Amino acid sequence: MRVGVVVFPGSNCDHDAYHVVKHVCDADAHFVWHKDSSVAGLDVIILPGGFSYGDYLRTGGIARFSPVMKGVVEFAGRGGPVIGICNGFQILQEAGLLPGAMLRNRTTRFLSQPVHVRVERSDTVLTGGVEAGKVLTMPIAHGEGNFYLPDAELDRLEGEGRVVFRYTTKDGQLADSANPNGSARAIAGVCNAARNVVGLMPHPERASEGELGSADGRQLFVALTRVLKAA
Amino acid sequence: MKARVYVTLKKSVFDPQGKTIHEALRSMGYSSVSDVRQGKFFEVSLEGVSAEAGKTLALELAHRVLANPVIECYQVEVDA
Repeated sequence: MRVGVVVFPGSNCDHDAYHVVKHVCDADAHFVWHKDSSVAGLDVIILPGGFSYGDYLRTGGIARFSPVMKGVVEFAGRGGPVIGICNGFQILQEAGLLPGAMLRNRTTRFLSQPVHVRVERSDTVLTGGVEAGKVLTMPIAHGEGNFYLPDAELDRLEGEGRVVFRYTTKDGQLADSANPNGSARAIAGVCNAARNVVGLMPHPERASEGELGSADGRQLFVALTRVLKAA
Repeated sequence: MKARVYVTLKKSVFDPQGKTIHEALRSMGYSSVSDVRQGKFFEVSLEGVSAEAGKTLALELAHRVLANPVIECYQVEVDA
């Protein structure tokens, strides 16, 4: 199994994601430069966090036109697992692979802090084997993470079971004070209809070893690599 | 030819930056300011196209790149 971590100009969580895949999960990790036009040979693609293209225009708004994205879109269309973390999630939204858009945080401030998110679905490539209702503690670090969709589309998204993570209290309860950026319906992560493309704002790669304060994110990488090893 | 593209958040979308600017203006004493919405302005230079084709092109650029239609709307002006 080969995991590709795409490097855009301005990515800054690429090495963390690579490290967790390779050294924590013992899987085969490779960097993929954003100008590569092919993703051949990869079994999973991770779009990491960071500030691709300096967040110029909109977060992820330029990166979605990088040459590699054509291959990523085709890969996702064939059912290949694609994970977007933070800026990677924003890029997937801009590319049309995931719904919604990110508004500025409601506080207008960049937020860098641990949050609690509840796993809502265990039938995605990232959450297989993680039971629904489980609460994970992982950091967020973003200025634009305020998930937005019109109400009718939110209803449809929820009806299709495509909300994968929600900001909650430590006990898994919804509370406005536990929703750091003001996301609609406390949404922290969603998936596509086929459930092979998942985006989330928290950083599991920064919470995959005990030394970092939480190893909860490791479960997601383990789920991802286990599904693939079994395939 | 210049095309001017104005991108703003849809009316239904909360604009925390505009709200913060509004509050700052109110705190400075500008009590008649009732709301502020922040947006973006692009000046796009075009060559070798008619005014009509330039407007069509600018609308396409706005829709595909300059604005995110999920949260933003846009207006285009073109002068020869």
